[in-house]
Amino acid sequence: MSEKTILQAQDLSKNFGGVKAVDGVSFSLRRNEVLGVIGPNGSGKTTLANLITGFVKPSRGKVIFDGKNITGMAPYKVADLGIARSFQMVKPFYQLPAFKNLNVALLSPRLRRLSGGRFGDRDAMAKDLLEEVGFERDSWVITHQAASLPHGYLKRLELAKCMALQPEIIVLDELFSGLSLAEVASMVPVIEKLVAQGKTLVMIEHRLKELFRIADRVIVLNFGQKIAEGVPAEVMEDPQVRGAYLGSEAEE
Amino acid sequence: MAQRKERIDRGIKVRSDDVFALTSWREMAYLAFPRVVPVVLLFLLGAVASIYWERVLVTTCMFALLAISWDILASAGMVSLGQALFFGVGAYIAGTLNHYFGISPWLTIPIATLGGGVVCTLVLLPVLRLRGIYFAMVTMILPLMIERVIEATKIFGGTEGISGLNTLGNVHTEFLVAAVMVWVVLFSFRRMMSTDYGLLLKGINDNDRAVMSAGMNIYYYKAQALFLSSAVGAFAGAFMTHAYQFVGMPVFALDYSIIPIASVAVGGAGTLAGPMLGSFILVPLSELLRGLGGLRVVIYAVILVVCTVGLPEGIFHYLSRKYNQFERWVKVER
Ligand SMILES: Nc1ncnc2c1ncn2[C@@H]1O[C@H](COP(=O)(O)OP(=O)(O)O)[C@@H](O)[C@H]1O
Ligand SMILES: [Mg+2]
Repeated sequence: MSEKTILQAQDLSKNFGGVKAVDGVSFSLRRNEVLGVIGPNGSGKTTLANLITGFVKPSRGKVIFDGKNITGMAPYKVADLGIARSFQMVKPFYQLPAFKNLNVALLSPRLRRLSGGRFGDRDAMAKDLLEEVGFERDSWVITHQAASLPHGYLKRLELAKCMALQPEIIVLDELFSGLSLAEVASMVPVIEKLVAQGKTLVMIEHRLKELFRIADRVIVLNFGQKIAEGVPAEVMEDPQVRGAYLGSEAEE
Repeated sequence: MAQRKERIDRGIKVRSDDVFALTSWREMAYLAFPRVVPVVLLFLLGAVASIYWERVLVTTCMFALLAISWDILASAGMVSLGQALFFGVGAYIAGTLNHYFGISPWLTIPIATLGGGVVCTLVLLPVLRLRGIYFAMVTMILPLMIERVIEATKIFGGTEGISGLNTLGNVHTEFLVAAVMVWVVLFSFRRMMSTDYGLLLKGINDNDRAVMSAGMNIYYYKAQALFLSSAVGAFAGAFMTHAYQFVGMPVFALDYSIIPIASVAVGGAGTLAGPMLGSFILVPLSELLRGLGGLRVVIYAVILVVCTVGLPEGIFHYLSRKYNQFERWVKVER
């Protein structure tokens, strides 16, 4: 493992009954890199995110983070080490006001460590974070119950929750799905800023056009297997990838 | 001139900002009224009630504690069908300590409260990972199982139970202790739920995966909520053991699991005060209906259904909404 490698997946596999959701996937992630993960529906992208973050225990293979084997570690320990994630199905803490949603992460042992044992003014920190992801600071939206937020805001809230943990790696599962072009356009700079701050990102995306503008490298999954890897432009030239995405006529 | 009805929320700013509230007597009265009046009312009721009804009030307080204990657990995402487990474990700890070791009720009750909390938490620790109905099933089965174990092994007096236990004193003393305890538990846990700790428990209830991905060990916090809840339930059991001067298998009966849930349904979940209010409606009601013999259960059930269908949010939510909002007619120019 080179100096710059922060995360490594080796031969990761997960079977659900007979379904090989993820099948022998290996890749490595460099520090401060943006890695795109693409693939058709059901190709195992979410399962891969779950494997990395501990929500699913692998049937086979290893995950190594910062030289440390984290395979099969409990999700909260993985998060504590510094891998944050968003969920494809956005589910906020419904009963809490939007900004209080962030307080959960701001209360975490990781944050206490990073801030030298003191938590500071959590409400103010939460409001700052929400402003960073595009909530209007003094609007009613941030104090409103999360249950009543529109989808676009819920997605921003997901991202803010990840950022609140001050992680090293953020795994984003289809952050842009269901957003309008304008909404995506307004979130891209937020992501770019995270990269500028030195974060490492894994972006699972269906919105290829937007993804390719941000990602340094892309891996393509199909039926749980990694079928291609490379810089965005190259990957889309790959006949196997074109087949998986556009369908092929040769394969009968 | 036409008129239109408007609904206005009273002083949201005031209620969200403790310091601001202190600047105005009217606002302070507004905040204090719904807290002070019920407290005073309960003690007044206790003072004027006959011995019989004072006993009913004591029992009501204990069911209120069980209902609050249910709600604490539910706030952290654990739905229980077995408050009888907490109640029964507390009851037996107090009963055996008093009977076999001659320890005074003033000591057995606190010991049973803490001990019951520890025992129930340890017993349920292995199933903390179960969610929803699976957790509920385990909590329902455990008290019934313990009942059969006591019957089969004849420990702690077997089917006969243990009688002749000491009391706390007369019924007035019991009422005072019960009423003070109910208010202390209610207000301190309501306070707790409004702190960041309560926020975390609510977060676990809403979305436990998201709490884990924030780097929090949810099982650690669930175990703490379980301890708090079972300690409150165990207190009720220990208290009733000394009030009845008896402990036996009925302390694990389904009543102690079902009535708290019915109270929550009537009063409104998630507020702690709602479940308490529910108990104060259901338990005395069931006493009032006692004269009706067989029809009692039917009428009881009908009232329960009417309440929950008529006010599905619960009486407490309804009342607090009405208190915090007012409606007025305003003139509309056409
Ligand atoms: N918890 C699960 N139990 C059973 N099958 C699952 C589970 N999670 C995912 N799968 C299956 O694994 C495959 C990959 O799913 P997923 O990782 O969600 O794909 P993607 O995110 O790429 O759409 C699908 O066939 C899906 O049905
Ligand atoms: Mg997916």
